[in-house]
Amino acid sequence: MNSGEKQTPATLWPALAGTALTIVYVILLLKVESQTEVIGLLVVGALAILATSWSGHLARAGQALTHHESILHLLVIFGALVIIGFFREDHFTLLLLTTVMLYVLATLGLNLQFGYAGVLNFAGASFFGIGGYTAAVLGAHTPVPDLLIILAGGVMAALIGSILLLPVLRTRGHYAAVVTIAFALLFKVFLEVNDILGGPQGLQVPGMEMFGWKFNNNIEIGALELSFYVNYLIVILLVLIAAFALVRRLERSWVGLNLDALRLDETAATCFGLNIVRWKVTAFLLGNFLIGIAGALSGMVIGFVAPTSFTFADSLILVSIVLLGGIGNVWGLVLATAIVVIIPEKLQAIQEYRFLLYAAMVMLMLLFRPEGLLPRPVRHYFPGWRPK
Amino acid sequence: MNAARKTKRARAGSPAAARKKKAEAAVMMSAEKLTKRFGGVVALDSLELELRQGEILGLIGPNGSGKTTFFNVVTGIYPANDGHVRFDGADITNASPQSVYHAGIARTFQRSRLSLPLSIFDNIMIGNHARLNQGLWFNLISRAAFKQEFEESFETARELVHIFDAPLADRMFDPVAGLPMIDRRRIEICRALISQPKLLLLDEPSAGMTHEETAQLMDDILEVRGRMEGLSIIIVEHEMGVIERITERCVVLNFGRKIAEGTFKQISNDREVQEAYLGIE
Ligand SMILES: Nc1ncnc2c1ncn2[C@@H]1O[C@H](COP(=O)(O)OP(=O)(O)OP(=O)(O)O)[C@@H](O)[C@H]1O
Ligand SMILES: [Mg+2]
Repeated sequence: MNSGEKQTPATLWPALAGTALTIVYVILLLKVESQTEVIGLLVVGALAILATSWSGHLARAGQALTHHESILHLLVIFGALVIIGFFREDHFTLLLLTTVMLYVLATLGLNLQFGYAGVLNFAGASFFGIGGYTAAVLGAHTPVPDLLIILAGGVMAALIGSILLLPVLRTRGHYAAVVTIAFALLFKVFLEVNDILGGPQGLQVPGMEMFGWKFNNNIEIGALELSFYVNYLIVILLVLIAAFALVRRLERSWVGLNLDALRLDETAATCFGLNIVRWKVTAFLLGNFLIGIAGALSGMVIGFVAPTSFTFADSLILVSIVLLGGIGNVWGLVLATAIVVIIPEKLQAIQEYRFLLYAAMVMLMLLFRPEGLLPRPVRHYFPGWRPK
Repeated sequence: MNAARKTKRARAGSPAAARKKKAEAAVMMSAEKLTKRFGGVVALDSLELELRQGEILGLIGPNGSGKTTFFNVVTGIYPANDGHVRFDGADITNASPQSVYHAGIARTFQRSRLSLPLSIFDNIMIGNHARLNQGLWFNLISRAAFKQEFEESFETARELVHIFDAPLADRMFDPVAGLPMIDRRRIEICRALISQPKLLLLDEPSAGMTHEETAQLMDDILEVRGRMEGLSIIIVEHEMGVIERITERCVVLNFGRKIAEGTFKQISNDREVQEAYLGIE
């Protein structure tokens, strides 16, 4: 409390320096190819985190930034733009970045469901797939504008997800999770046998086009040529910012409080008038909506959707990101997604064992740090607000 | 004094003095033939109970006599097998916990049931559900209006906590998990009081506290009642000093049956009550 009042702009310097270093570090990590360099960088990164957290710099920088949240937001957006700009011609790295951002978007939805409302959803990849297939069908057969198609992906995911509402509401805890697992398995089989949706081969998804601007063309500004992925990254970044703001506001409102209350003690919550069904439904639908939007965007970026992209294993990755990041902490999702998506991509040696590694990571986390990499702080409805 | 006669007397009507008192204030809540069975256990056995507006009623009895079950049935957590509960002119038998709360009954739990990772303020706001705007648009989009409601609620909550413990009121955004038992009990009572209920059900509010802490908590409860016009309270409590000090009337349960009713002095001289408590008191 006291430390908050003593904050001065000067304390922001370590945070600014840290951000600059982080941007450089991420660029280096994405840039290097040789396996020894990757390993070296990972070791350096781990040591840096250990050292700064031991010296207290990490905590102080974090504190300064949570007190100046708008600066934090600007820094993160700036960092994302710098990284995109640096890799402007590198298709592979840009695609990796879209994956990271879309996974963050999807796990924001999962976090609404699991992190806040306590509803486990092991069918995240299925709802992601519903978004993708919606984009494929609407994009190929209707003149619906792409922005609306993205929204439609979210709406479809929420609608189809409502099939699960009854069992999810009826059963408690682990049984609800089993229902979602069953859904995930059925969904994949359904796609594989369904010829209209392309069967095992899947469907092509037309590229995005907005106001006559074709996203699948590279951008040429004078002598500068940018990869077409930059188009997508900008749109995805905008959608992500909107979703992030939405989830943040929700958390910092009575709605977020209601979700916490029913997750932590359903009986006590009902004794204070809380309508459990209403809020669980809200969280589940809104969560699937965000996941569906991420899926629609993903389909458009990659250009096709197929059942093999939406397996139960993919759903598990999404859940493990939420567990790893810090259940309920939105920044934790960003960090955990970056780790889970980027490291196996750069470190070829572990690619085959990635699932083993995820499992080990999640288990170690649950054993030794169940609150995740970035534990969720107590709710502040308006950061920096003080009572009069 | 003959216990059987006493019970009968309580059921048949009341002595002149009590009748006069009854005329002063309306009946706020009543239970009629209220029965709750768990398998073979009869936790509440045709319980008859009346509570007048503004009254503090002590509900006592040995362990397992059905006190908590009474609260759970009244607040809709368990359905009654038989009988009725009336509150403020309406029949609330087997109403949902939500509608019982909206009707104006708030409670605390015997085993403290706060949401530990949440802040003091958050926990109290859970109790304020009925008075907060729960609309999605209001919460997510019109943040200026939300901020105003937030600031007003914060002030109300802070003032309420301040009655119980001034230093605690300066730590509204501390997680509850780090607080000692006495503070948790205080916050649980604030959570129940914030919605300005007509009836407050306290289930052993002093469990896990020292004598001094208990005395202090009771002072605070009395002070709050002084400020809240017409608040009625039913308190379950094992510490007889507390019951003697703050209740106006007591109902004694044993095996789910009402075995005595009257002022603390009357019931403490009752043979059946003494027998029920034998070995405990
Ligand atoms: N959910 C339940 N399932 C089965 N039996 C129950 C349940 N709740 C209470 N009981 C039984 O009902 C009886 C009354 O229990 P209750 O908790 O109401 O007693 P109490 O008067 O509050 O006791 P204490 O002073 O120990 O809190 C006991 O025999 C108890 O075992
Ligand atoms: Mg009890």
